[in-house]
Amino acid sequence: MSLLRRYLPVILLAAVVVIVQILLSATKLDYFLTQLTMSAYYTLVTLGLCLLMGYAGQVSLGHAGFFAIGAYTTAVLSTAGAGLLRFAPWLSIPTAVVLTALVALVIGMPVLRLRGHYLAMATLAFGFIVSRVILGTSLFGQADGISDIPAIRLFAGLVISGKRTLRVQNYYIAWTLVTIGLFLAINLVGSRVGRALRAINGNEEAAAAMGVNVSRYKLAVFVTSAVYASVGGAFLAHYNGGIGPSEAGVMKSVRYVALVAAGGMGSPWGTVAVSALLTFLSLRGAFGLFDDAVFGALLVAIMLFAPNGLFGLLPGLRRGGPRRAGRPR
Amino acid sequence: MGAQLLQYLFSGVTTGSIYAIVGIGFTIIYNSTGIINFAQGEFLMLGGMISVSLAHVLPLAAAVAAAVVITGLIGVLLQLVFISWLRSPSVLRMIIITIGLSILIREAALHVWNEKVRALPFWTGDETSSLAVLGARISPQVLWVLGVCGLMVAALSLFFRSTLTGRAMRACASNANAARLCGIRTSLLVTLSFFIAAAMGALAGCVISPLTQTQYDMGTSLAIKGFTCAVLGGLGNVTAAVAAGLLIGVLESASISILPLAYKDVVSLAIMLAILFFRPEGLFGGRPASLLGTRRA
Amino acid sequence: MSAPLLEVRGLHHWFGGLHVIDGVSFVCQPQTVKAIIGPNGAGKTTLFNLVAGALSPVGGSIFFDGIPTTGLPPHRIAAHGISRTFQATRLFPRMTVLENVMVGMHGRSRHGFLAGMAGPAVTRREEARVRVSCLDVLSSLGIADLARRDAQDLPFGRQRVVELARALASGPRLLLLDEPACGLNPRETEEMAVLIGSLRARGITVLVVDHDMSLVMGISDEVLVLSFGQTIAEGTPREIQANPEVIQVYLGADDA
Repeated sequence: MSLLRRYLPVILLAAVVVIVQILLSATKLDYFLTQLTMSAYYTLVTLGLCLLMGYAGQVSLGHAGFFAIGAYTTAVLSTAGAGLLRFAPWLSIPTAVVLTALVALVIGMPVLRLRGHYLAMATLAFGFIVSRVILGTSLFGQADGISDIPAIRLFAGLVISGKRTLRVQNYYIAWTLVTIGLFLAINLVGSRVGRALRAINGNEEAAAAMGVNVSRYKLAVFVTSAVYASVGGAFLAHYNGGIGPSEAGVMKSVRYVALVAAGGMGSPWGTVAVSALLTFLSLRGAFGLFDDAVFGALLVAIMLFAPNGLFGLLPGLRRGGPRRAGRPR
Repeated sequence: MGAQLLQYLFSGVTTGSIYAIVGIGFTIIYNSTGIINFAQGEFLMLGGMISVSLAHVLPLAAAVAAAVVITGLIGVLLQLVFISWLRSPSVLRMIIITIGLSILIREAALHVWNEKVRALPFWTGDETSSLAVLGARISPQVLWVLGVCGLMVAALSLFFRSTLTGRAMRACASNANAARLCGIRTSLLVTLSFFIAAAMGALAGCVISPLTQTQYDMGTSLAIKGFTCAVLGGLGNVTAAVAAGLLIGVLESASISILPLAYKDVVSLAIMLAILFFRPEGLFGGRPASLLGTRRA
Repeated sequence: MSAPLLEVRGLHHWFGGLHVIDGVSFVCQPQTVKAIIGPNGAGKTTLFNLVAGALSPVGGSIFFDGIPTTGLPPHRIAAHGISRTFQATRLFPRMTVLENVMVGMHGRSRHGFLAGMAGPAVTRREEARVRVSCLDVLSSLGIADLARRDAQDLPFGRQRVVELARALASGPRLLLLDEPACGLNPRETEEMAVLIGSLRARGITVLVVDHDMSLVMGISDEVLVLSFGQTIAEGTPREIQANPEVIQVYLGADDA
């Protein structure tokens, strides 16, 4: 596969990101950039989940938990425990990501031994525990969440903040992260490791017999997907200036699964496209009172009628992705 | 102290028997289809909600009966519309479909009934009436819960053991192809299993409603806890599922005395995770979870 | 006799109360083809899974090239140079033939998660090497033209050959073949026999399990007969064919 063809989705994404910004700013519709920025951070979660579900074939109904751990860690560090971080406040984000990775490692070791329904139920329970702990702990603000999370100054004058004047800058920060995430994901799935992950998805016994360390690879991709989620959560917390317990809810986890499924399960670019669009619409309030219902219906409809994802419905595009969509048998 | 302990015990046994019913619901559908129905908890919510609404116009008993039948039919509808026509779907696909259905049911309930907490009136007396049992004071509704759940379990055992349909369902569970060759109409039995699981769930949802109230989003935690019971019973052993339900209920109610109320679910879910990790084959042996999970994959 | 490549000593395995492998011992000499035959339910596939690490034996020990491999997980056993095929082919779905075979080379390539994420700048050389040697394996088995086909879309007989190619790609010293002729028509069986015979010339030792005597007798140097988990005979194909106990087991059994 030529490099150009492999990275076409990354190049296209970068181009679309720039074009959208220019168009919106030119037409004075730049308030859309706020929701597009938020949708980028949610897209990071789905991108990581796409690696876990679409490639390694391991379902997780608890990824909102990792998003929330990332978001709440940086929120608590930068509001309550500021002492140590006074001189380098940006450190709260890497700390949050590392902590989430550790949690994923500890949770993943036993959980990933399970398969099928058991794995689904265990991850669902994990997400539920995270959301209940948040609701029951005053440090996390219980039902009110944490507000007044300060903006964070990165390098070179970049600031993670929801301020209107920093809107364009933050749009680019967010979508640069997604572009990097997509680049890394595409590299991974096209590599020896990606092949091994797809082999695990196809047949664990055969993969092991070919020398693939199945449990180690599952754990590695689980932690990777949790890192994607926590990066999204931590940045969004600073961008929004607040975080609430609904971000950890089961409904959010299910929504991420729905977006990955609609993107074609094993298709990083499809996931980014579907996730960016639907999350944006949802944040704009396009689905009104039926927001959660839309994602539930999407999930059922995709799995019933289009297990190859929305793009699988277009015959010309079926083989268009860098990797063919994973169709459940 | 003794009375207080007894109080916790009663409250634990009450919620625990509800978990057991959810677990049995999982088992029934799993054995006839190989599917874990993630929407199982929603049947309890529907039963509670429908009966609360009907109780405004019907006598309590009639409202409950109607709610049970209606929920059972909803279960049948779900099976016919979303599941019956799929030919050997993958486990992942079925998980996603049933979890999607649970979201849809929950959202539908939110729009039909709104997010308010509701409750059926007490079946005997009211919230102030209580009985003295061995020094503990319990609501008569507790006896209703225990009685109804006990009867359901007994009736179910009788059904599976002694009726022709029940035996056919067991045959179907152990080998669907062989059952089909013997002239058993397996598709009808699958539909029936959804009816039974949904109706049982609804009845449990009605009988517990006066004590714990009914809310549109109560399904998920019930599903996870019920699933724990089902797993502890090896996804087939009803007695073990009941024992597991009671155990989880008691542990949960004991945890309230030590930890803040908000952590109640955390305790039982942590127990469930521990069980999945350390005793995936259930309390009484059987096949391990990792193998069962891929059945019909 | 030279040192055996594979040595199995007093292996025992139970399933529930059933003693499926009951004190089986044997050796495989390097660059020979050894067959394990026996009626259905004799414990052949279990024995096979014990050697491949898919199951961990209840008792006994296994040595590969003098190194104990008893109870190691399958990926560690694969790393020692033991590869296998499966009774019902287990190709990876939604992957091309070439990709399937490239997974076979997993143990002979190194780059890990981070290198994979970093991309071709780091991994290009190794990927190219893997691709070339996998294409070599495909052409050596005469199926280079199938490289880009979806492995699952192939006819069953071809899938068998692809699975053999995948196992060979790992560069095994010992190859375990689980009923390689199962489900093949007579012509394909003939071709498979020729392929297996050619493996010896590549310096590969083969342990093949089958209940079909006809394939096994033509290709193997030594045959071990299992019945109810016990060895009832061991010897050259000619000796086995003349062994009255074997004849009795096979005529008494409902297959073969």
